[in-house]
Parts: sequence; C-alpha cells; structure tokens
Amino acid sequence: MLSIPCPWCGDRDETEFRYGGEAEVAYPADPDAVDDPAWREYLFVRANPKGWFKERWVHTAGCRQWFTVHRHTVTYEIRDPQPIGEGAR
Amino acid sequence: MTTALDRRRSPLAVVSDRLAATGSADTVTFAERPFRVQLEVRAGAMLRPGVLDDALGLHPPAEVGTVARRRERHVLCLAPSWWLVTDEPEREPRLECALAELVRTAGGIDVSAVDVSAQRTTIDVAGPSARDVLAHGCSLDLHPSAFTVDSCAQTTLAKAQVVLQQLDDAPTYRVHVRASFADYLAHWLLDAATEYVH
Repeated sequence: MLSIPCPWCGDRDETEFRYGGEAEVAYPADPDAVDDPAWREYLFVRANPKGWFKERWVHTAGCRQWFTVHRHTVTYEIRDPQPIGEGAR
Repeated sequence: MTTALDRRRSPLAVVSDRLAATGSADTVTFAERPFRVQLEVRAGAMLRPGVLDDALGLHPPAEVGTVARRRERHVLCLAPSWWLVTDEPEREPRLECALAELVRTAGGIDVSAVDVSAQRTTIDVAGPSARDVLAHGCSLDLHPSAFTVDSCAQTTLAKAQVVLQQLDDAPTYRVHVRASFADYLAHWLLDAATEYVH
C-alpha cells in the first residue's frame, strides 16, 4: 500500500485517498472556440510517463482537501506534496 | 413536560450498558458521551480576526490536527479554515445561537456555522490498553511521540470514518463516529478489547 503525504495531515494510508488523475490539465480558455479533436484531447488524453508524473489526490477520509504530488510510476516513490491553487487555503 | 429532547435516543443506546460494563481502569474502559453539541465552523481569511474567538470563547487552533479546549468546549481543527466545535449537551442551543449571531454580524461573508450534533456520537476509550485496542483497526501512529494530548485526526477506525482526539495521558481517546456507523464500531471495539479485558 502507498503511504501518501497529505500536506496537512502527514503520511496516511492510500485507502484514505481518492485519485484525481493528472494535475494541471488546464480548462480551455475559450470553450466555444474548441473543436471536437481538441475537446477529445482535453477530456481523454493524458500523459502516461514511465517515471515522474504529477498527479492529484484528495484526502477523502481525512481533511478532504485536494493536493498534488509527484509520483514515480515505476518505483512508486512520492515527493513534493503541494496544496493546489485557489480554494486550497 | 416531556419534550423532544427527553425522547431522543442515542444511536448507541442499545450497547451503552455493555460498553460501560466492559473492562476496568487497569485495562481499558469505554464510555458513551451521547448528545454532545457539535458544530462545524468554516471561516476564511476575509473574516476579521478575533470575531471567531469572541463567539467561541476561545481561540480556534490554526494547525490541522490540533485541539483548543476550555472546560468541556473543544475546538478541533479538521482542515484549513475548518473546525469541529464540541461541547457538553445543552438544553438550549446557546453555542449555536452565538455562532449564528457571528455569521449575521459578519454578513455571512466567508464564514459558516452548522449544527451537526446529530451526525456523530461520541465514545471515550480510556486506560493503559486503549492505544492497543484502537491500533487493531487504525493505521495512525498513536505513540505519544506522534499523537499526544490535544492531537486530533480525521481517519478511519475499523474502516469507519471517525474523528479521533486524545484527551489526556491515561490515555483517553475520544472517538467521534457517524451515527450510522456507531453500532458497528461499538461492537467492533468490544470485540477488539476481548484479549485485554479477560
């Protein structure tokens, strides 16, 4: 089981968290101007690196805050937990 | 006159006698603390500092996982800008009124206070074996070097979501558990305590 460092609660078991996918996928600035291939790209296409991956987690059984971490997809090493931008006070 | 308050039943009413009769002071004891007042307070940076202190009668801790106490009033910091305020059972909603007044004064900006007393009930687990009993179902490190008096945490105990709080060095732990999980958790605690109370 992963031990995930919540920025507020410290190291907790993976079972207390939900996964939120790749971090920092920006919502289109002008959604009306986006064509179908670009929407497909935005909605479904994600990086799938063999190595470090920046991803989002939410501490559902704890403080219920979203945050980002860097996770190594081969070694499962996790580092650099960060609160995410607005709303994360 | 019989009021609605007299007729209410704790979700642990059916097991509270068994909880109270299990164990001893030199092993582990359980005590239900039903009907405690509980309020969830959220207040952001836009709220004038000190307003919350006046309404609560004490300063809410800023660090997640810590507790401020005055007598029976406990203020647990659950997350950034989010507190659980608990107090002894009261017949008139004084604390709730005080906080409602605060929300009104603040114009409702960046602050909310919600009575959640019926959401959770409370079990105190105390004694030298209390830590071992909880450790059967809780992955938190409860050793005094990591979790001490006036520490609190939202976590899972036997897969039930709880707010865990340490009251004193006995050690006494206070478990706030959702009403719908209370019966299950009480029976789990009695089961987990078996090896320590015989």
